[in-house]
Amino acid sequence: MAQSFKFELVSPERLLVSAQVESVVIPATEGEMTVMANHAPVMTTIKPGVVAITVAGGKVDRYVVFGGFADILPEGCTLLAESAIHVDQIDRADIARRIKEAQEDLNDAADHHGRTKAEEYLGQLTTLQGAILPA
Amino acid sequence: MPSLKDLRNRIASVKATQKITKAMQMVAAAKLRRAQEAAEAARPYSQRMGAVLANIAAAVSGDDAPTLMTGTGRDDVHLLVVATAERGLCGGFNSQIARLAREHIRRLLRDGKTVKIITVGKKGADILRRDHAKLIIERIELRDVKQVGFVNADAIAKNITQRFAAGEFDVCTLFYSEFKSVISQVPTAQQIIPASAPAAPAADASASSIYEYEPDAGQILSDLIPRNISVQIFRALLENAAGEMGAKMTAMDNATRNAGDMISKLTITYNRQRQAQITKELIEIISGAEAL
Repeated sequence: MAQSFKFELVSPERLLVSAQVESVVIPATEGEMTVMANHAPVMTTIKPGVVAITVAGGKVDRYVVFGGFADILPEGCTLLAESAIHVDQIDRADIARRIKEAQEDLNDAADHHGRTKAEEYLGQLTTLQGAILPA
Repeated sequence: MPSLKDLRNRIASVKATQKITKAMQMVAAAKLRRAQEAAEAARPYSQRMGAVLANIAAAVSGDDAPTLMTGTGRDDVHLLVVATAERGLCGGFNSQIARLAREHIRRLLRDGKTVKIITVGKKGADILRRDHAKLIIERIELRDVKQVGFVNADAIAKNITQRFAAGEFDVCTLFYSEFKSVISQVPTAQQIIPASAPAAPAADASASSIYEYEPDAGQILSDLIPRNISVQIFRALLENAAGEMGAKMTAMDNATRNAGDMISKLTITYNRQRQAQITKELIEIISGAEAL
């Protein structure tokens, strides 16, 4: 059995998960990463995606997060998500709404930098929509 | 001297008022509990955010830091975000925040600064409009929002950062009421732009040097600071919500008690007058009988 470590998933509204886990897959901005116990200290921003948490005991829990960042230390990992929802409770209309908003942002973006950012975010959201829809 | 009928009506109406204030007090108590829970639930996020920010701010050297943190280098145009409640009947809650803001405005104007105001909540706008109607550039109302969510705070924060990016102001201060306890709310002014980075504990200095950042620290920081502003505003809104309910509860408790006092005073007057009338009638009967 893999060594477990402390993982916390926090959204501004509340603490969603605080548990001993074996591994966590985090959708980091520069690619997904799996965090296990004794990981080197890393701080990374995250993109909209699915966080898969393997709880001590082998059960896998999935949460959809929309942006935020993760603070990884050898003894634990904290994920500060802008908003997070359990996969079972995710609502397709909600994602569709976010995509629409992102599209509006893209249209409103004034400069090149802003446009690139909005485009990136929109892309991530659409990927996410594609990933969840069959479920 | 009011007649017996007047007194009876008066007592009935005060009793009705007392019932209302009593009900409002109980509603406030229930809402207070919910607001407190919300404020408590939000605490882990802002705490961790503070810790992470302190950590990362220590790692980023002064020149790389985003302007949201260092400021524009000027101090001419001040933006005041005044967050108050949407509803009245909560004692001095709204006026206390407004008073603090007004003192601030007066001081800034005296020093020759330009002041702009964004009000969050109807009551603050109502109070500040009397003196500084021209300075208010935007009024945000959260009247339709039942439970303040992060989305609301985020929208306000985005509004502010956009204005900052457009160079509309140099310094932004947030006014709200800190929830100390049910009976005490302290109006507070907090500067959010330029953000004062929380000082990193000395012991963490070594830890931050071994951190890996992905993407680099500067980018994370520039992503983090706007988010931190949202969190600060969210926290302020939640504190306000809890404080408003606390103040309302106290105010309504006082009102209920006052109504009780008034009822007992009116009842005594009523009884005395009734007695006096009976005595008067008796005297009339007796003196009538004696005259026979």
